[in-house]
Amino acid sequence: MPITLTVNRTPRTIETDADKPLLWVLREELALVGTKFGCGAGLCGACTVLLDGEAVRACQTPIADAAGKAIVTIEDVASLPVGKKVVAAWTALDVPQCGYCQAGQIMSATALLSRTPKPSADDITAGMSGNICRCATYLRIRKAILEAAGEAA
Amino acid sequence: MSTVSLNRRSFIAATIAGGAALTFEARLTLARAAAGTGEPALLGAFIHIAPDNTFIIEAKNPEIGQGIKTMLPMLIAEELDVSWSQIRIRQADTNEKLYGMQIAGGSWATPFNWMPARQAGAGARQMLVLAAEKLWGVPAASLTTEAGEVIHKASGRRATYASLAPEAVKIAAPDLEKVPLKSPETFRIIGKSQPGVDTPAIVRGAPLFGIDTRLPGMVYAAMVKCPVQGGTIRQFSDALVRQQRGISAVVPVNSGEVPAGKHDAVLIVADSWWRANKVREKLTVEWDSAAQAGFSTAGYAKQAAALLGSAPQSSLFKAGNADAALARAAKTITADYAYPILSHATLEPQNCTALMHADGKLEIWAPSQWPAEGIKDVARVMSIAPEAITVHLTRIGGGFGRRLMNDYMVMVAQAAKAMPGRPVQLIFDRTDDMRNDYYRPGGWHRLIAGIDASGAMIALKDHFITFGAGGKPIRAAEMNAHEFPGPVIADVDYGMSFIATNLATGWLRAPTSNAMAFVFQGFLAEVAAAAGLDLPELMRRTLGGPKMLPRAEEGEPEFSTARARGVIDAVCKFASWTGKPSTVKGKGRGFGFYFSHRGYFAEVVDVTVADGAVKVDKVWVAGDIGAQVINPLNAEHQMQGAAIDGIAQALVWQPIVQEAGAVAQENFLDFPMMRIEMAPEDVAITWVKTDNPPTGLGEPALPPVIPAIANAIHDATGKRLRTLPLQMS
Repeated sequence: MPITLTVNRTPRTIETDADKPLLWVLREELALVGTKFGCGAGLCGACTVLLDGEAVRACQTPIADAAGKAIVTIEDVASLPVGKKVVAAWTALDVPQCGYCQAGQIMSATALLSRTPKPSADDITAGMSGNICRCATYLRIRKAILEAAGEAA
Repeated sequence: MSTVSLNRRSFIAATIAGGAALTFEARLTLARAAAGTGEPALLGAFIHIAPDNTFIIEAKNPEIGQGIKTMLPMLIAEELDVSWSQIRIRQADTNEKLYGMQIAGGSWATPFNWMPARQAGAGARQMLVLAAEKLWGVPAASLTTEAGEVIHKASGRRATYASLAPEAVKIAAPDLEKVPLKSPETFRIIGKSQPGVDTPAIVRGAPLFGIDTRLPGMVYAAMVKCPVQGGTIRQFSDALVRQQRGISAVVPVNSGEVPAGKHDAVLIVADSWWRANKVREKLTVEWDSAAQAGFSTAGYAKQAAALLGSAPQSSLFKAGNADAALARAAKTITADYAYPILSHATLEPQNCTALMHADGKLEIWAPSQWPAEGIKDVARVMSIAPEAITVHLTRIGGGFGRRLMNDYMVMVAQAAKAMPGRPVQLIFDRTDDMRNDYYRPGGWHRLIAGIDASGAMIALKDHFITFGAGGKPIRAAEMNAHEFPGPVIADVDYGMSFIATNLATGWLRAPTSNAMAFVFQGFLAEVAAAAGLDLPELMRRTLGGPKMLPRAEEGEPEFSTARARGVIDAVCKFASWTGKPSTVKGKGRGFGFYFSHRGYFAEVVDVTVADGAVKVDKVWVAGDIGAQVINPLNAEHQMQGAAIDGIAQALVWQPIVQEAGAVAQENFLDFPMMRIEMAPEDVAITWVKTDNPPTGLGEPALPPVIPAIANAIHDATGKRLRTLPLQMS
């Protein structure tokens, strides 16, 4: 069954299984490998993408549920004004260690700042708690979010 | 090519290629022999100068997030005297004959490459300077270099390195052991923060990691592995699997962990990993795992309890007569400590990509921390020549020691062999990854110390129950015979007893130290309390005057009591440590010290205990890794990462549970991970710079934080926790 959606501002029609998760469509069929597989169970946040502006776990989103929706992935997040600030802060503070989780972190941070432009410490914790960083770059993640929000100390 | 004397251990050769690009190849003797060979190891360093005077420096080691891909080229670039902005860094393939050891382990890269990498850069620079001397007829001593140019100040003449290439290849190769190096106060790159070279690619989602490997015609493999490690396949039926769409092969494989000729996993290969993974349930396998079914967490605990009450099976270290000294002690302190089996839980699941070419050559793309070992394993299991195997290194989504082992490489190579000409990518799902780890072994200790009337430690016994086979600890389950404070106590007795397991064990970041620091620094805090002291003061008294204590193993440096005291004093000052007990209910402060991986670290933590939950508020770290912090920005990263990783081991991670031989954990629900809400407000760092060559930072800051937390909980609540993870109820 062909499924039509918009990925990174480009309309796409995909012929695939309706239950195939968006994550694997991105990685296997659209050559967008920036979105990462971590746990396959919605527990780690490595596969976070924006679906109509909301942060969702691509590993838990059947492609059929994304039909007609607009997806933004790490590859194009900097096209959003908030995403651009987040990516700039992540680069300036050199947030990544291994870097594997950072696409998901950046997408969650972009969603957080889009709905809460001036987040409190609690807002940051609540917005980012679903994203695991095994290298524990959490201190720089907090700083980078504040910097992207224009709240850097 | 310039003349090269192969008799010389360390040399540099220059070659010029089409388009006048100049390449330097330096070969240097490493300080430490390659493991197991008994021969001095060589380091190869490669520098390419393009006609436009830009530079490519090869990064030889696997990058797991420790920053090595940035740091090693910094050393070369510094002495070559080019600007960091003029450089591109290229990841080298695996070739230990060319590059020397290529390993992300042991925090070794800094101590082993600090001199050779700089000498390589300095050797190339010297050849370029001598080329200018020859061309300009001025003495080399009157020439300086900067940003990839040779400069003659007196005449104002300048020449780019690239323009000197044709002359430089004619210069006799210098002896790299004698090439002058910069003095540290003139460093322009070393000691200056450099962001990670891959950061821009990471934040735009560029393909970098092993799992991102994409090759024309590539297919994907999912794994059905024996649920019990060490078990093998008796028989299997793939008829239902083969009926599914998109399936291209079903291949039984040997992970390298079971006897030759046996298989312990089946790889299902399909046009989509999602599809291959989904049809795993259609495979029927009868396993042969009776020999492993008796192993369980409950069984280990029962055996450990029985062994603790018996005499040790073997002696690890003995001095004087500990029993006699304990008998005359003014006070004795006895305590049992324990820590669990742990998984590594790298966020990028184990994966690997392989292609068997028609000529029998095997090409592999591997996120491996020790790829040369992988080549050996593949060659052994598949009976092919190591020379027929090429391994390309990818960026690695977390290592922590898991990827020092290469089972994924061995398995995918067999699938590639079954379908020559087709690249195959094997990906473990999270449960595969958690159940097929090389686990951090658990351990149990019974410690007895004696103090005299003055409060000085006069005797120490430890009975260490660990996982072993044949009367010896298995991989990563050992203990340093000279574990502090053994060497400074007159009457000591360290003994060991062993428990068998079917689990594969391995190295977890700061292996053995991550457990021993908790046991010994926790116990010494108890001894200190019995002596009416705080732990830093007991440590100072026990360390005594400046001296060197025996090395943990051959090739490692001795333990300097002066450097230990240096960081202990520094962290106490840095954190305004008073040693006075907490006066605020639920708030506590603790201290821990450890020397491992050549680094001296003392740490203080503040904790809050409320409603049975422990939260680390802040960590203070004092570290001595020698005279130079090479990349301060990344050093801060490693300190924060190591400290928070230690907090995870102390408070967040749950023991790996084994039932009937099989690991029970499935995912991050039953193996919880450190999340942002558990991260402290700050990890504050102070460096104690001493006149020693710089050492690595991936590991040594981790161990002390664990006992510091246990000690802080005691301060906050009066409760002494002796089992990891630390739980209030």
